[in-house]
Amino acid sequence: MENATSNELAVQLSDVNKWYGDFHVLKDINLNVAAGERIVICGPSGSGKSTMIRCINRLEEHQAGQIIVNGIELTEDLKRIDEVRREVGMCFQHFNLFPHLTVLENCTLALIWVRKMPKSEAKDVAMHYLERVKIPEQAEKYPGQLSGGQQQRVAIARSLCMSPKIMLFDEPTSALDPEMIKEVLDVMVELAEEGMTMLCVTHEMGFAKLVANRVIFMDMSQIVEENNPHDFFDNPQNDRTKLFLSQILNH
Amino acid sequence: MRDFKPLPDLPPPTASTGAVGWARANLFSTPLNTLMSLGAFYILYIALVPLLDWAIFSANFVGNDRNACLTGGACWAFIGNRLPIFTYGSYPATEYWRLDICFALLVFSFGPQFFDKFRYKMQLGIFSLTAFPVICFFLISGGSFGLSYVPTDKWGGLSLTLTLAYVGIVAALPIGIALALGRRSEMPVIRTFCIAFIELWRGVPLISVLFMSSVMLPLFLPEGMNFDKLLRALIGITMFQSAYMAEVIRGGLQAIPRGQYEAAQAMGMSYWKSMGLIILPQALKLVIPGIVNTFIALFKDTTLVLIIGLFDILATVESAITDPAWGAVATEGHVFVAMCFWVFCFSMSRYSQNLERKLHTGHKR
Repeated sequence: MENATSNELAVQLSDVNKWYGDFHVLKDINLNVAAGERIVICGPSGSGKSTMIRCINRLEEHQAGQIIVNGIELTEDLKRIDEVRREVGMCFQHFNLFPHLTVLENCTLALIWVRKMPKSEAKDVAMHYLERVKIPEQAEKYPGQLSGGQQQRVAIARSLCMSPKIMLFDEPTSALDPEMIKEVLDVMVELAEEGMTMLCVTHEMGFAKLVANRVIFMDMSQIVEENNPHDFFDNPQNDRTKLFLSQILNH
Repeated sequence: MRDFKPLPDLPPPTASTGAVGWARANLFSTPLNTLMSLGAFYILYIALVPLLDWAIFSANFVGNDRNACLTGGACWAFIGNRLPIFTYGSYPATEYWRLDICFALLVFSFGPQFFDKFRYKMQLGIFSLTAFPVICFFLISGGSFGLSYVPTDKWGGLSLTLTLAYVGIVAALPIGIALALGRRSEMPVIRTFCIAFIELWRGVPLISVLFMSSVMLPLFLPEGMNFDKLLRALIGITMFQSAYMAEVIRGGLQAIPRGQYEAAQAMGMSYWKSMGLIILPQALKLVIPGIVNTFIALFKDTTLVLIIGLFDILATVESAITDPAWGAVATEGHVFVAMCFWVFCFSMSRYSQNLERKLHTGHKR
């Protein structure tokens, strides 16, 4: 896949630091993501990769450094946080669908209450995206009646309804059975082909090879290595990266 | 290669074999079991026969004084004779129709909620929480719209019990929700206030709250300033129960996974929107049994107002059974009161189960 051509920066992290109590969870993180770029972030658990992408839509606060999303710097200012969340969609490991609402209502809720869209229009938008993730026939069901893969696709559709410019994926396939991983990855590949700016925390290395412009490896709260997928997998520079890759690829 | 062919679905085995089969399997399966069943039947027999005889077969249902009740059975004539007082207290008899309208409205606003096919549940629910109490207040209290004014010391009986319980329930739920949210707030002033409020009211017996509201509060108010005794009791009950309600609801809030808050935040929802649309609907649904438990406790606790001189249904019956015109009718009176309370509490319990079943959205059933 081609590298993103646009030079406009979608996400810019400069010297970002974060602590949980005494634990230094992000150390001097520097990362620039151009609009349309697709980044895959991998690393052992506890390395800070989820925390990093959760800082981008301020689900976590950073304590030092600068995070600029689509030209808006994230600070304490609630208005700016709102503006950033407007541009950024997110999918979680455990889907986090709202179990008391139908699939359709899950998708239209924010359109109606945050975007103030009329109900019928919101429904059209929601059905459009449910068709894109190939489950329009499940619209009237509740999340508890769907399989894990279907739920994650609903979650993707729910995020897309808000027409975000950037999508964050926090281990979207880790909680899924092997047979369901593919249906979710297919949707994500399609999304990537349409030019969405994506940051994915995932261990799906096939997905990384197929769509990523860059792969980032994190360990011990910092970015250890970043490279294009070809060089990252075939010619890792760092010993830690080699060890990690040998562990996840050789079994 | 062999084709994989799934086995066909078969119907589940039939278990029921009629009443005789059931009795044989459950009551008379072994000699010991048979012996125990027969023993249980005998105990039921010696307990039920005199009870039924007293309550129904030898009971007296009509009459105007103790001479109607000479057969030794229950004296239901007493209940029938005093029913107006038990229902309306010392409310003026010419104005009973005003309370009757309120009773009818009560049935009208809650009866349809029990039917699954009724379509305007939401609208009716809003009516019963907002317009209904206001209409009833103007009807019962009077003093406007050409209705004569009836002071609250004339209110009594079942209508007073229902007033206390209804106002307590309708006011304690929203206050309880606000306190529960406040106790989980990140703002220290609000959190401290809510914790102090909840712990203060929860740590005091309702009886002493009522005593304080009726005896001590007037001491702290300026000379000549006084407000209604019923109103003070209502405020006391509401504050007391909202503290309990807050803790029940907080239990529900804590059971909602963090991911739900995060998903709401990530979609750009404000605190109030995520609470109102996502967190509270789920949390309240989870704690319906606890909420109804608190409602039922509140309903029965209203009987304590008799110690501050308000005549609810229990107090009305208590004073009526000392009437020398009737003989020993204390048992009948208390059975009647117990039945009244049971009917209302059991309805609440059934309604909550109905609600739980309807709000269930998972696939396990």
